[in-house]
Amino acid sequence: MKDLTSLALDVAKTYGATYADIRVIDEEHESIAIKNGRVEEATTSTNYGFGIRVIADGSWGFASSFLVEKAEIKRVARLAVEIAKASAMIKKENVVLSPILPVQDTYKTYVEIDPFKVSLEDKLALLLRAEETVRKTPGVSISHASMNISREKKVFASLEGSYIEQEITESGAAVDATAIKGSDIQERSYPNSHGGDVATAGFEFIQGLKLDENAGRVAGEAVALLSAKQCPSGEFTVILDASQLALQVHESCGHPVELDRVLGMEASYAGTSFLTLDKLNKFQYGSPIVNINADATIPGALGTFGYDDEGVPAQRFDIIKDGRFVGYLTNRETAPVIGGQSNGSARADGWGRIPLIRMANINLLPGDSSLEKMISEVKDGLYLATNRSWSIDDKRLNFQFATQIGWEIKNGKLGAMVKNPNYTGITPEFWNSCDAIAGKDEWRVWGLPNCGKGEPTQLMHVAHGAAPARFRNVKVGVGR
Amino acid sequence: MIDKSRIEEAMQTAIDHSTADQTEVLANNRSMALTRFSNNYIHQNVAETNMSLSVRAVIDKKQGYASTNRLDKDSIKEMVDKAIEIAEHRPPDPDFISLPKPRPIVQRDMVSDTTVDYTPKQRASAIQRLLNVVAPRNFTAARAFSTGYTTFGVANSLGVNAVETISEADLKTVVMSPTSSAFGSAVAVDVSNIDIEKIALEAEETTLRGQNPVGLKPGTYTVILSPNAVADMVSFMAFAGFGALSLQEGRSFMKDKFGQQIMSQNISIWDDAYDPNTIGFTFDFEGVPKEKVVFIENGTAKGVCYDSYTAKKEGKKSTGHALPAPNPYGPLPLNLIMSPGDSSLEQMVKTSERAILVSRFHYTNLEDPIRTVLTGMTRDGTFLIEDGEIKMPVKNLRFTQSIVEALSKVELVSMDRELREGMLGASYIPWLKISEFNFTGATQF
Repeated sequence: MKDLTSLALDVAKTYGATYADIRVIDEEHESIAIKNGRVEEATTSTNYGFGIRVIADGSWGFASSFLVEKAEIKRVARLAVEIAKASAMIKKENVVLSPILPVQDTYKTYVEIDPFKVSLEDKLALLLRAEETVRKTPGVSISHASMNISREKKVFASLEGSYIEQEITESGAAVDATAIKGSDIQERSYPNSHGGDVATAGFEFIQGLKLDENAGRVAGEAVALLSAKQCPSGEFTVILDASQLALQVHESCGHPVELDRVLGMEASYAGTSFLTLDKLNKFQYGSPIVNINADATIPGALGTFGYDDEGVPAQRFDIIKDGRFVGYLTNRETAPVIGGQSNGSARADGWGRIPLIRMANINLLPGDSSLEKMISEVKDGLYLATNRSWSIDDKRLNFQFATQIGWEIKNGKLGAMVKNPNYTGITPEFWNSCDAIAGKDEWRVWGLPNCGKGEPTQLMHVAHGAAPARFRNVKVGVGR
Repeated sequence: MIDKSRIEEAMQTAIDHSTADQTEVLANNRSMALTRFSNNYIHQNVAETNMSLSVRAVIDKKQGYASTNRLDKDSIKEMVDKAIEIAEHRPPDPDFISLPKPRPIVQRDMVSDTTVDYTPKQRASAIQRLLNVVAPRNFTAARAFSTGYTTFGVANSLGVNAVETISEADLKTVVMSPTSSAFGSAVAVDVSNIDIEKIALEAEETTLRGQNPVGLKPGTYTVILSPNAVADMVSFMAFAGFGALSLQEGRSFMKDKFGQQIMSQNISIWDDAYDPNTIGFTFDFEGVPKEKVVFIENGTAKGVCYDSYTAKKEGKKSTGHALPAPNPYGPLPLNLIMSPGDSSLEQMVKTSERAILVSRFHYTNLEDPIRTVLTGMTRDGTFLIEDGEIKMPVKNLRFTQSIVEALSKVELVSMDRELREGMLGASYIPWLKISEFNFTGATQF
């Protein structure tokens, strides 16, 4: 491989690149899904290719191809430089990268059971057990169970002398129940909606989810929701379960602290950020109990890696400290803007895309309460769980989330189930209304395999640690 | 560009090697380049070339799938063997009957050499022309200009064999002042047909008009929705209910509604890949030619689209709307068209005592697929209309609204339509004036 990566870097340099890197990626993926008793999907795929990124005449160029062979590497390296020179036709200033020490290293996800070595029969049997439990629950209209495993073998080499090999394995699964009556459709998912939970781990993670043991509960809840009362409308004290909080952190904290977004590089697509440069170290983002960090080193978390796609080591750092906004996610290009060095947040969706600033594991740190204690302290409120829908404005201020299920809280006790809950708010007002967060025992990391950003669109695998938390004066039951 | 014969040869290699009862191969060759700009300079500039093959092997109602982008003969054969192995080890699907047999396909000419050969320098020059319009006002522009082509092929062991190429140029921009913004876009087979100056001038005018917006109390308003906003709404609705699988699973809003009026009489919606105003492949991911399917006619629910699997369940014929198998969505329309009316934006404004003009929606998402409850924000130019005139720009609002209900309160439809992107490809869509649209929240800008 080194002969190919060296060739790419040499050709780029010959044609005028002052910086160049190449990523060669070999991906393998397997998906299985069961729906209503039949195998909906059983597929395997491989995807191999390389991308060359260069700076020439002070601007970026990138080109990529699926043909990993010498002649094509030469063509693509030359094209990347040609593209960079075209970029330089409309530039403001030369791209300056934060310094980095060249690295020669390897990183590999720790895997107990290689998911690619588990037989298809065993995988189908695990899913069928869960799906059958859902299917046989009276009142269920659609039963679904799914599993996704993937492995990415990635080589990164740069003109600066780095050569890094990484092998990242991911495993995840879900079971979903849908109940339909007339125009009423209710869904419950375990362990989470939108594909369940995913981790950088082996098949042991999927086994540990115990889909079959939880399938009956979510199926029963989906059916029960059909006859549950509508979620009330008004301002309430709301407790969010950890999985919904994970998405709340993702949309209202993770994205707004991406420094490329703040600098306008995503302005026209998903938008910019209210967390402008003047707010760093000054803005009270949340209440003093709110602490959020970025940590790409959590063992097994979906956003965990050894090095980002610029060769910067995985790191842990604060984003919100005692409620105050203290840190952005940066890459080598943007870090100098705030006088810093890259904190290792540049990642690309495969060989055909450039690295962008992406979340790794962005975590709401545990507090000192518990779900039981938080509920006991609420006179009239709601407990909402599992995301159903999400939306946020193009500065990440006004958000609206719907959840699959909710329960009333009356006089310190969990009460009746409610259906079609949603809630809305303005990001800093919402986080400043946080008055309790559950502790370590209820904290866990949730994998999110579908974070979209950039053009062409890139999907990134990220994760969020969270425990249930409580928020005051939240507007609930919007548009009912 | 990879030769058509090379793609056909790769597909045939897979079919020849397969020992399955039936075999289907999809080929996708794509070469796209995209220049992205923000703050009036180019900050990202990329190119990608890829070709992949996917195979479906069918053995006694059992289907296995595999794909690869390694195109040497050994790798293609290995992919086929994997699909067969998967098929052998899974339970049969009693509802599966057969892959489709060949039907005649009339292809459209959708390749422009100018687009295929467009260079990075040409894209940069085009962006410079856009910036030349907006920069003198100290406005900034952002977004992307992409050019390239996609060649798509389908073959199966029953004789289906179709390959088609589409070239595409896509320019999008958001022009921004410190307090306002506006969106402009165009998509074309031939890059020469994109009028960059016109897009820039229109966006500049809206940005100018949108400066210093004022806050407006959320509530129920009459709205005038641009084709961008309508395309967003209609494509979510189509995703939720215009495909046969959602109907068969009981999660489509069309369920039990056929023959009933569910929208205003001035609303007709259909899918037609052959309409000259759209861009799209003329056959689906099973190699079945795309038929025109009418979903809503004069407000009445008429039909849904089918792939071969959902069609056979109802004893019908596929309408040519299969997505790549396997997928959880079933058949979906990718070339939506709404009928024109006899109105215009000017008339819509003039006839409004009090209304909100929406240039674009942002981050829309379905909260309830059967009731088609959609939420999202307005973006890039929201204006209050009073007494038949655009009075002032307003800060962005959140809406939470049933799409079907909104389309049952359509007062006016414009004669002019535009090709606009939604979540299901590009749709050809008019302006709409709708009464009683629910804005449920507001933001700070």
